[in-house]
Amino acid sequence: MRRWLAAHWRAFSATLARFAGAPLTSLLNVTVIGTALALPLGFYLVLSNLQGLARDYSPQPQVSIFLNIDAQEADVREITQRLKSQPGIAGFRFVPRDQALKSLQSRTGLGDVIAGLGQNPLPDAFVVDAGRKATALESLRAEFARWPKVAEVHVDSDWARRLDSLLALGRYAVLMLASALALALVAITFNTIRLQILTQRDEIEVAKLIGATDGYIQRPFLYLGSLIGCTGGAVAWLMVWGALWVFNGQLRPLAELYGIPLTLAHLNGSDSMATLLFAGGLGWFGAWLSVRRHLHHYNPS
Amino acid sequence: MTQIVLSGVHKRYPGGHEALANISLAINAGELVFVTGHSGAGKSTLLKLIAAIERPSTGSVIVNGQNIGTLRARGIPFLRRHLGLVFQDHKLLFDRSVIDNVLLPLDINGFDRREGTRRARAALDKVGLLHKEKAQPITLSGGEQQRLCIARAIVHRPAILLADEPTGNLDADYATEIGVLFRDFNQVGVTVVLATHDMQLAARLNPRLIEVRAGRLAA
Repeated sequence: MRRWLAAHWRAFSATLARFAGAPLTSLLNVTVIGTALALPLGFYLVLSNLQGLARDYSPQPQVSIFLNIDAQEADVREITQRLKSQPGIAGFRFVPRDQALKSLQSRTGLGDVIAGLGQNPLPDAFVVDAGRKATALESLRAEFARWPKVAEVHVDSDWARRLDSLLALGRYAVLMLASALALALVAITFNTIRLQILTQRDEIEVAKLIGATDGYIQRPFLYLGSLIGCTGGAVAWLMVWGALWVFNGQLRPLAELYGIPLTLAHLNGSDSMATLLFAGGLGWFGAWLSVRRHLHHYNPS
Repeated sequence: MTQIVLSGVHKRYPGGHEALANISLAINAGELVFVTGHSGAGKSTLLKLIAAIERPSTGSVIVNGQNIGTLRARGIPFLRRHLGLVFQDHKLLFDRSVIDNVLLPLDINGFDRREGTRRARAALDKVGLLHKEKAQPITLSGGEQQRLCIARAIVHRPAILLADEPTGNLDADYATEIGVLFRDFNQVGVTVVLATHDMQLAARLNPRLIEVRAGRLAA
């Protein structure tokens, strides 16, 4: 076991030395991979930030029930009873038409206009807090619409649902972009490792002649692939970090105008780790394909 | 104890060239054997069969009890760890120092660095190159490069040492020096099989001679 670990450590340190020994090549590789990964990573960040915003600023989904203008107190009591026994709602409150008119007057400054109307045009209304489930809203709306003296039912969180489905669409786009660029990453490491195998063919041949197993020969190449992938992932992370820093600076005046704290947050710890591991894994995979494809060409003769 | 047995071996290369025909011979552990013959006679092919670099077309080659013809690819590295190979073109790695070249087989065999370095130094000392351990192989003379190749071949203490024209490019003095090295290894129990067309060297070391002529054993 210690022998095995020592062999791996030796292969890894040799890989590091090789990586650092050709700084320009390594830098170019890592930059290409970093750029390729930074694109989907950036989009992902914008999306998840938007999603966070949508969650923070969308109120609990509400359904408004407007009664007919000629609804009587008995009708209101009837609806109240029905709502009390209605399953799947978090609560409700009654908004009498007089109160609605008063709040309209005080809040919109349309007092004069309303005063000129002569009579109150607003109906009695109920505001129902639905649960968190967006799917339940539609059935609630249908249910309420069948009740007596109900003129209209409004679902108030339509915009949040539209945003949600837009974001879901965006996530698919990011996923597709990420898949395409992951493929590119595999291709890049494949080619890098191919060139590396070419430059080390003498060493490979000699090592085979003096009893090296395939595992021994492959090891440094697989490490190199993972290292390139991982470093590429780190570069992508830094690129996105830099872009966010610039972007947040530009966002600050806008946020102040609207009076809300509007900054884009970077990846959290586990997402960052996952990015690095994913990139490293892709690099390993590219190297593995390359090694499988190219190593057996160098049988000594 | 017989260590290498060839029986009824034919080797035909793709394209139809028949390098060896009907070779049968046995080599005991601890023997010093020279395979002689003109260039192109099949000496190198014979050594390649023993080192599992080539496989016989027909017949069987048995080295250390293992049949080269049927040995699976993943078994070859472990067979080769019992062998030391010396090449006419040295096959040194010029991207690393002299001692790192000698450390390569020990690395492959999984020695730790400290023990490996000790052994590599001993091997370099044996071939008279210890004072050049930090040098780059490219700066060594032809004879020194050949001795470095020998140090690399014996550092993991193989049971069998195979050398293909080890003195091919060297003048007579160097050749004798190298020949004496091989005899020294043989005297501590290593089986040495050496392909050469240098009959003067053979005369000095008095080995068992096997002559190959146009792919066949000369009577």
